Amino acid sequence: MHTPRRSRRALAAVTGSAVLALFATACTGTNSTGGTDDSASGKDVSITFWHGWSQDNETKAINDNVAAFEKLHPNIHVKVVANIADDKSEQALRAGGPDAPDVVSSFTTDNVGKFCSAKVWTDLTPFLKKDGIDPVKTFPSAMLKYSQFEGNQCSLPLLGDAYGLYYNKTAFAAAGITSPPKTLSEFDADAVKLTVANGDGYKQLGFMPDFHGYESTPSHFLGQYGVSYFGADGKSDIASDPKIAAMYTWQKGLIGKLGGFDKLEKYRSSFGDEFSAKNPFETGQVAMAIDGEWRTASIATDKVTFDWATAPFPVPDDQAATYGRGYQTGTIVGIARSSQKQAAAWEFVKYLTTDTDAVVSFANAIHNVPSTMDALSSPKLDNDPNFKTFLDVAKNPASSTTPSSINGGAYQISMQNFGYDFEAGKQADLQAGLTKTAQEIDAAVTQAK
Amino acid sequence: MALERMTVARTEVPAALKRKRRRETARTLAFLSPWLIGFGFFFLYPLISTVYFSFMRYDGFTAPVFTGLKNWDYVFTKYPFFWQGLQNTLWLVVVMVTLRVAFGLGIGMLITKLKTGVGFFRTLFYLPYLAPPVAATMAFAFLLNPGTGPVNHFLGKLGLPQPGWFTDPSWSKPALTMLAMWGIGDLMVIFMASLLDVPKEQYEAAELDGAGPWQRFRYVTYPNISPIVMFAVVTGVIQTMQYYTQAIVAGKVASGIIGGSGQAFEPGYPHGSTWTLPQMVYSLGFQRFDTGSACVIAVVLFVISMAFTSLLLRRNAGFLSSED
Repeated sequence: MHTPRRSRRALAAVTGSAVLALFATACTGTNSTGGTDDSASGKDVSITFWHGWSQDNETKAINDNVAAFEKLHPNIHVKVVANIADDKSEQALRAGGPDAPDVVSSFTTDNVGKFCSAKVWTDLTPFLKKDGIDPVKTFPSAMLKYSQFEGNQCSLPLLGDAYGLYYNKTAFAAAGITSPPKTLSEFDADAVKLTVANGDGYKQLGFMPDFHGYESTPSHFLGQYGVSYFGADGKSDIASDPKIAAMYTWQKGLIGKLGGFDKLEKYRSSFGDEFSAKNPFETGQVAMAIDGEWRTASIATDKVTFDWATAPFPVPDDQAATYGRGYQTGTIVGIARSSQKQAAAWEFVKYLTTDTDAVVSFANAIHNVPSTMDALSSPKLDNDPNFKTFLDVAKNPASSTTPSSINGGAYQISMQNFGYDFEAGKQADLQAGLTKTAQEIDAAVTQAK
Repeated sequence: MALERMTVARTEVPAALKRKRRRETARTLAFLSPWLIGFGFFFLYPLISTVYFSFMRYDGFTAPVFTGLKNWDYVFTKYPFFWQGLQNTLWLVVVMVTLRVAFGLGIGMLITKLKTGVGFFRTLFYLPYLAPPVAATMAFAFLLNPGTGPVNHFLGKLGLPQPGWFTDPSWSKPALTMLAMWGIGDLMVIFMASLLDVPKEQYEAAELDGAGPWQRFRYVTYPNISPIVMFAVVTGVIQTMQYYTQAIVAGKVASGIIGGSGQAFEPGYPHGSTWTLPQMVYSLGFQRFDTGSACVIAVVLFVISMAFTSLLLRRNAGFLSSED
């Protein structure tokens, strides 16, 4: 009589254990390391490289680099998988296993904090040390900063993006402006001079300061102010750093000078796609824009009808000496911790990120900023003066970036959301809003730890 | 004596009966097994996992760690978007579902009354339902663009106000509702089928009794089609609780934010007015790597959906018509 009951209990226990085991292992992936794969001794090794580039010129450029690498390392074979979005590579890394990539690149630096802290991407410091590569001397400081988290160098920069000012020289001449502005007060004055009204709208706007104006985001503007976002204690310092409040105040002031938020938003809704020939700078709807170096290639391709040039974006008047700096970001590349071929993967990553010719040829091919100091000074680089502006911004030690955080770009989203409310007048008290936003950021970081 | 016979019967019959019952149970389970396996793997397991992970710190990469009610506390008291997202989701459930059902029923009634062109109008109203949600939303975002869209241009010509549609927080949810009503084809078809099933004699009898159009609808049409209305409401509530694609696409297109470093995109444009709970599940789980908090919101969604569905089915006697 007792047997069935015991049997049922045993069955329940086994089922329960199985379910628990399933839960415990579900989605946690495999995190074993594989530093030795005998590739150094000449054994044939195949690695998989996932990247997000998809345009023909981009995939050709990366494939050319891969071919050059395989020529140098005949025993290492690279299987390239293009057009992989971050979401997909994250899922693959979560799942782990033999089908997961060995080398992964990502267009956003926001997730470095998670990749490093969760040890999804392996720490490259031992590899760098082994090969005598000093990252501080090799990579520009801002790029080095966004590719590491709390001392863990789990990724390396693979080309970068630098931000600067694009200006319409024809419109400048018509408005009697002879040179690009260097300080924000000069910039404001020029933006007003360049604005041409058209009824209750604009025929031409000097500059679109709204935070939804494509690249005119808080983080990009803050690149001109040199802020840290987080204090030494790891807590958000946006409420105590006067430079942050200064940026929001400047942006809102410029909105007022150019006609007010509602009028600007209505005009903004007439803009075409950012990454098309209908970009408002290319159509002449705005006379100045903050944008990345890639726009130089787009403008050349789209053949705009006016003269244009680039310059560093202006800096606050009280930091005039820092003129030349800018916001920087870029693509990062790392090695999956689950990879069993990390030695071969490192050889490949090392080649992509530190071989000057590889970096320069890739940068020239896809019009990005090179990501090593040597490559930035290479005579083989595209010598277009408009492109050179961005090379100089990248080399400038005062250029800055958004630091990696354990919960991705959540703190930037909090700051953006506050900015949207502040510019629209929904939040009038700047200091109270920044304090609340800092608390929100700290709560989110604590939650992620 | 009687008790003795019963005792005997109880001890003798069960052996045979038990075998028969076991066989029947086994057969039933065998027939049900495809569904049971699917239910277990695709509903029960994810549901239990979701509840389990809601009590865990889990970033999707490292092993989960038990944190008690920390995620629940974070979502309900510290995550700044939750209550706004809940409010938006409930707004859509109440307004969008009501209007979709009313509009679908109205269009169905109009088309069933047509003498000619039934096929044409049925196709005309059904076609939008076949449009992929992403494409349809993008088309709406361009048509309703306040600066360049033809709708506002036309309204301006007529001297009417030109709303900001997807760029104005007070218009964004109504604009999404318009989009949902445009794709009404699914409801129109099932309402047409049920309307054509209403016995004509009942209308004739009502007319003889002097019933007007409203009374004919109230006392003849509605009682006959009430199970279909209930079906439309229940499935509408469940679908709207999962509302994701149209809201995120409209927000992204209207905001112009592509996303990337220094230009992070979080759904809800403009000013959080299109934030819905399913978008928060994605944002927390995949953008902020906080699977635990994402699971809290998923559990909340499940509970609200169940509550709505139970309430509707209880108050309206399930999917039975007043005739049943």
